[in-house]
Amino acid sequence: MDNNLVQIALQNVNMAAILPSLVLTCFGMGLLLINVFLPRGTTRHAVWISMIALVVTGFFVMTGWGNPQYGFNDAVAMDNYAAFFSIIFLFAAGLTILMSDDYLTREGYPVSEYYPMILFATAGAMWMASGTDMMTIFLGLEVMSICLYVLAGFFRGQVKSNEAGLKYFLLGAFSTGFLLYGMALIYGVTGSTKLTEIGIYLNAHGSLLDNPMTLAGIVLLSIGFLFKIAAAPFHMWTPDVYEGAPTPITAFMSAGPKAAAFAAFLRIMEYCFFSLKPEWTAMLWVLAVLTMIVGNVIAISQTNVKRMLAYSSIAHAGYALVGMVAANEIGYSGILFYMLAYTFMNIGAFAILVLAGKKGEENLTLEGFSGFGYKRPFLGVAMAIFLFSLMGLPPTAGFAGKFYIFAGAVKAGYIWLAIIGVLNSAVSLYYYLRVMVYMYFRDPSEDFAWVSLPATVAISIVIAIIGVFYLGIVPGDVMELAKLAVF
Amino acid sequence: MTDHLLSLMTFFPLVGMLVVLFLPREADRLIKSVTLIFTIIIFLISLPLGFDDAFIGSSAMHYTEFAKWISIGKYFQMNYYVGIDGISLWLVLLTTFIMPITVLSTWHAVERNTKGFMALLLLLETGMLGAFISLDLFLFYVFWELMLVPMYFLIGIWGGKNRVYAAIKFFLFTAVGSLLMLVAIIYVYYFSIKAGVPFENGFSVAHFSQLDIPAHLQTWLFAAFAFSFAIKVPMFPVHTWLPDAHTEAPTAGSVILAAILLKMGTYGFIRFAIPLFPVATMKFTPFLALLAVIGIIYGALVAMMQDDVKKLVAYSSVSHLGFVMLGIFAMNLQGMSGGILQMINHGISTGALFLIVGFIYERRHTRLIADFGGLSKVMPVFATIFMIVTFSSVGLPGTNGFVGEFLILVGAFESELRIFTVFATTGVILAAVYMLWMFQRVMMGKVTNPKNENLKDLSARELAVMLPLVLFIFWIGFYPNTFLEKMNPSVDNLINQVKEKQHVAMMVENLEQSVTKVIVNE
Repeated sequence: MDNNLVQIALQNVNMAAILPSLVLTCFGMGLLLINVFLPRGTTRHAVWISMIALVVTGFFVMTGWGNPQYGFNDAVAMDNYAAFFSIIFLFAAGLTILMSDDYLTREGYPVSEYYPMILFATAGAMWMASGTDMMTIFLGLEVMSICLYVLAGFFRGQVKSNEAGLKYFLLGAFSTGFLLYGMALIYGVTGSTKLTEIGIYLNAHGSLLDNPMTLAGIVLLSIGFLFKIAAAPFHMWTPDVYEGAPTPITAFMSAGPKAAAFAAFLRIMEYCFFSLKPEWTAMLWVLAVLTMIVGNVIAISQTNVKRMLAYSSIAHAGYALVGMVAANEIGYSGILFYMLAYTFMNIGAFAILVLAGKKGEENLTLEGFSGFGYKRPFLGVAMAIFLFSLMGLPPTAGFAGKFYIFAGAVKAGYIWLAIIGVLNSAVSLYYYLRVMVYMYFRDPSEDFAWVSLPATVAISIVIAIIGVFYLGIVPGDVMELAKLAVF
Repeated sequence: MTDHLLSLMTFFPLVGMLVVLFLPREADRLIKSVTLIFTIIIFLISLPLGFDDAFIGSSAMHYTEFAKWISIGKYFQMNYYVGIDGISLWLVLLTTFIMPITVLSTWHAVERNTKGFMALLLLLETGMLGAFISLDLFLFYVFWELMLVPMYFLIGIWGGKNRVYAAIKFFLFTAVGSLLMLVAIIYVYYFSIKAGVPFENGFSVAHFSQLDIPAHLQTWLFAAFAFSFAIKVPMFPVHTWLPDAHTEAPTAGSVILAAILLKMGTYGFIRFAIPLFPVATMKFTPFLALLAVIGIIYGALVAMMQDDVKKLVAYSSVSHLGFVMLGIFAMNLQGMSGGILQMINHGISTGALFLIVGFIYERRHTRLIADFGGLSKVMPVFATIFMIVTFSSVGLPGTNGFVGEFLILVGAFESELRIFTVFATTGVILAAVYMLWMFQRVMMGKVTNPKNENLKDLSARELAVMLPLVLFIFWIGFYPNTFLEKMNPSVDNLINQVKEKQHVAMMVENLEQSVTKVIVNE
């Protein structure tokens, strides 16, 4: 009889559904083991092993394209949607790892455990994107978040990094509580943790919105995700954490985990609550507007570029939320596209910040950028490209992304939302342009040195530039894939 | 070859930009020469367009190229669809013609970071040409935004004292307008899909202009387009970025800004806003004409009071572009052709004026009128050319300015805008006042300032810069037909098309009113 149960259980196990993340996790654990046998302070091997891990994982993700795998009693679905997001996470992780090595050495923390952490966080993000059960999603979220808590506070000797780690941990744990509570309430109402079953149940019992438990469940669930997305008014942690965390980690957090939260949020909303679409789109409408305005307006007054990018990342989350409000195919695929575009342009911009300053005295103020374009012509042009892309000027990825998202909003009839969106990106022009004012319109200041450009960072910048222009000039292919990826 | 003439012309500057970027930084002269050669080649590539008789008697698009660019399933189709007709023909040629002149004018004016300057100039040329030849709204938008970036850097890096403020102001004003236009473009696109325009046509303007967009929607969409274009023109009261940008920009930047970038606004009205939304155009005409007339008079009055020559010329642009707008919205052949011709004229004469300001600034490092006086005695050749250009700007018979302004005023007088024309005509007189008064104070009388006594007259290079412009001042002045005969068919066709739609809309409205009356009576 036991044997029988095992067989039933095994039938539902489909390793193909978790193959990519499994591979990534194995690499991560292997790397941890290797680290034990190598002297402390050697990190170069970890960079390359991690990169191989990401490439191999990427290979498995891509071979699974168009061939969705479901497993573990429908708790995991490695479908196109998950695959597309996985590629985003892999790019985010890869670019981050490439820019990290010299930075860690420079800051005095050449610790190779850093890399497995990023790999595990990426694997967690992939589970979030492929989870079709509340539990899987929660599991993925926790794996990802715990790695990020550690990474945010990775520079244990630096007060700011400690502050970032602790703040992120406390607030993150708090928000996870909300999320879990929301999941519990939804389970209480519907009797299932499977997304599709919840959806079917809620659809069949339309009056359930009158039930305070459903309502509270949805709201709490949303709060949990909105916190991770850093949407206003749950954005308060973002600037401090982003500013305090090691710069590559900030870059990673602003792209990968944010996309992961969007992946899970979008899937839950679409699978579970499709019958309540008018209600939650109305809620997100308000939040999208609020997020865009808060992010952009506060970013204007920042003098620290890293912090400015943190606030601007709030605003970008707002643009992506516009796509969710649109709640049509183009809006959704716009989100997927935008997340990929944002990965390239934002991590690219952070890769340049990585080169700022020496140990412990990172100088990321606007003043530090004075004459940067003349001191380092290549990096200056690269930074200008990323900033123009963040502004959303053609022919860059940022423009294409915004175009699809706002087109989705217009198509769904949210013209005012689209207008508020474009006006917000007009506001954002000001603070992005200001960086360029310092870079090109001021004479170089001598008192502040930029470190030389290591090859790995150069590779990540070049990849990001290619990404920005590829997605900007010929977005058709990727957008077509994004379209195939949404439900 | 001729199949891809427009593409070759548009993207050749990018090749030039790449070449320039690989030249050694210190080779100042080499960089300038290479850029000059590239701009001249581009001009030569575009030159056959001007001699093509296909434009006479044909309103169709010529030299069209079509290629699918971005196709996304059933969502979007963006096409690389370009072509020119009589309306854009001369603007394209103006662009390729002004560029070598601009490059030549920088010979001594730009010494710092020449490489960046030239690379940006070439990038700008691609943007401008692309915007003029685009027949797909999405493509147009891409080029339209592409123009912003190089201009922003040209003003911000090589500009005067207040350059940062001017550069940001320029960028923000233009970008805000165009972002609203973007939403309108998306809206029109979805409307066309709903209306059954085949998906493959993408954002094609020709197809958009055949749509029957309801009047109330047209109002909003036109407003979004018009706002964006009005900023670029610039029309009163959104002109405030212009004096700043012009005053702070380096000479080359001012020339391009005045000669070509400002034309983007008026061109946008003709090519996009008016044919797409004819009914709204009808409603907005008095309003825009009023703003145009205010611009004419206000620009002239403010220009009169300037003590800085460059600022004077900048404000005169506001006034001149007001004439162009008036001519366009007269909505008849004389008015609109006059408007387009005046766009070319303004490009030539105001471009020339900015070059002249540049010449004296290079010599004296001041632009204040009070610092000069009696220059005609020291620099006789310069004085002659300055005088010709001044006359052209004032609109004296025999120069290009006269033809343009005359056509505009005749056209506007014959249209519904008669009352506006009466006021606009004062602008001609005011132009004479501020231009001639400035000329008198700078060039006539005795040499009061000893520093001016030993100024050198124009060099051969400077003459080479000015003479082509002078040639066209007289060519258009004496025989405008060369230009008009090629633009008239397209203009005529456009007006008929718009008038017809307006007519239908008015009939429908009248019909509705009479039907309601009948119902009420019964």
